[in-house]
Amino acid sequence: MKTYLLVDFGSTFTKLTAVDLEKEEIIATAKAITTVEKNIILGYQKAYDKLIAKIGHDMNFDKITACSSAAGGLKMVAIGLVEELTTEAARRVCLGAGAKVELVLSHNINHHEVDQIKEKNIDIILLAGGANGGNKECVIHNAKQLAKSDIKAPIVFAGNKDATDEIEEILTAAKKEFFICENVMPRLNVLNITSAKDTIKDIFVKNIIEAKGIKKVEKLVNEVVLPTPNAVLMAAELLSNGFGDETGLGDLMLADVGGATTDIYSMSSGLPTQMNAILSGLEEPYAKRTVEGDLGMRYSSLGILETFSASEISYYKSKNVDLSFEAHKRHDDIEFISSTDADYVADDIFAGKCIDIATTRHVGTLKGVYTPMGVMYYQIGKDLTQTQYFIGTGGVVISSKDPVAILKNGITIASKPMELRPRNPEYLLDKTYILSAMGLLSIDYPEIALRIMKKYMIKL
Amino acid sequence: MKTIVIGVIGADVHAVGNKIIEYTLNKEGYNVVNVGVLSSQEDFINAAIETSASLIMVSSLYGQGELDCRGMRDKCEESGLDQILLYVGGNIVIGKQDFTEVEKRFKEMGFNRVYPPGIKIEDVLSTIKQDLGGN
Repeated sequence: MKTYLLVDFGSTFTKLTAVDLEKEEIIATAKAITTVEKNIILGYQKAYDKLIAKIGHDMNFDKITACSSAAGGLKMVAIGLVEELTTEAARRVCLGAGAKVELVLSHNINHHEVDQIKEKNIDIILLAGGANGGNKECVIHNAKQLAKSDIKAPIVFAGNKDATDEIEEILTAAKKEFFICENVMPRLNVLNITSAKDTIKDIFVKNIIEAKGIKKVEKLVNEVVLPTPNAVLMAAELLSNGFGDETGLGDLMLADVGGATTDIYSMSSGLPTQMNAILSGLEEPYAKRTVEGDLGMRYSSLGILETFSASEISYYKSKNVDLSFEAHKRHDDIEFISSTDADYVADDIFAGKCIDIATTRHVGTLKGVYTPMGVMYYQIGKDLTQTQYFIGTGGVVISSKDPVAILKNGITIASKPMELRPRNPEYLLDKTYILSAMGLLSIDYPEIALRIMKKYMIKL
Repeated sequence: MKTIVIGVIGADVHAVGNKIIEYTLNKEGYNVVNVGVLSSQEDFINAAIETSASLIMVSSLYGQGELDCRGMRDKCEESGLDQILLYVGGNIVIGKQDFTEVEKRFKEMGFNRVYPPGIKIEDVLSTIKQDLGGN
């Protein structure tokens, strides 16, 4: 029997998934609170003991590999030139690499902004600006600003290639750690993700894991290879595209409601499906991720509270749900575990709101323009109306008694007719919470990971 | 290689002339950045900033060019494009108006060159070369 143990060090929970590769089955899963402040090994050990108890006997795993979003995950700043162009391209690359984008800066950065980078304790700086052959003054100015600061974070340069030599000189002279990548926007409105994304992943594995104390577990875990959202993105992409002879599910969306953030993923080209729509703005990545730092079930529950209108709050009050009380309860005790019916009702309301708002921020929109040929529409972002599958994951969705009701919040368009949300998808649930684990497994065994996902995603 | 940003401004979807202009300028050895139809002033300007363009060439065929182009020079200046050349051409005003008058109005709006309806891009090439000083 060949077995893998896949570990996900989350900000709230450490989750373990044991897989039998020959039977293509999940042997068992277990989770425990992440103990990053004290010692990350404690949370892992607790979860491991639970896992072994479930299996009933000790295991000798052929490989133990992990992803992590613990200790704040991967925090990045995206720097570009124009907000809608290279800055947006840089931001999307960070998100696609599994980072939390703490800061987005454009044009010439000043010393206040450099101070902000320092204050936010950024892990990696992505420096972009200018299409190839285009503006290079801005990106050189910004490299100089970073060079004369005492910021230690590694700098990934992915801007106008014409500026490369000069930027190399500036950063070498300042003894900065830096990496040169392909431009994130080589031509106007064209997005180029791969090169910078791979570099960010390498830096994460080499430096960040160590800096956040996660390296300590490497005596127990063979390696930590990815930021968790990157693992989920890989899993979703594999599930959508298929691998070799094993077919995928086609276009899909995925909502992951976590303790600190709500992440939405879409696997789709997102091209217009409407005849009179004209695509506007920067190209969208096929595998797109957005992350909402203000929408989460524990750390960010007060953020959700703010998105409810006064009338919604009083409506729920009339149904005996005090949203303010419930939000504060979750925020003040991140280890809080729902147990009563009332807890679950509030959880469902919050999770539904997370998905609703996060979907609004993820999907494309239509904007009408009146032309001599009649009404035309600008399509800004992805058209996801024809998405076939909408997948739910994250503790609150998985343990809900009515996950479809929560997921439907990503579809409802009554009050949002111009949003290009899925119209009539099938709902799937990642009931065993295996997506990040399968992303990890897909590095070595994509076909097996794909078949396991197809087997374990539950149709709702 | 000099960069020229081209596109069709406002709520105008005329795409054919835009493609001909792109083809011709490419053949002449310019780096052409085409922002396409239904483009706003900001689309032209953002493209020019990122690509360090020397010239923005605005097309308009549906008669609303004057409305669509107003304030563009100011926005260029605000965006740091002090040196950029602005061309405009097509059916840029409503109805048949005296072109000398039209040209004067657009020049007052900050456009360097203004072209009448029906002009071919080939006829503009010599002026482009003259203004850009070779490519």
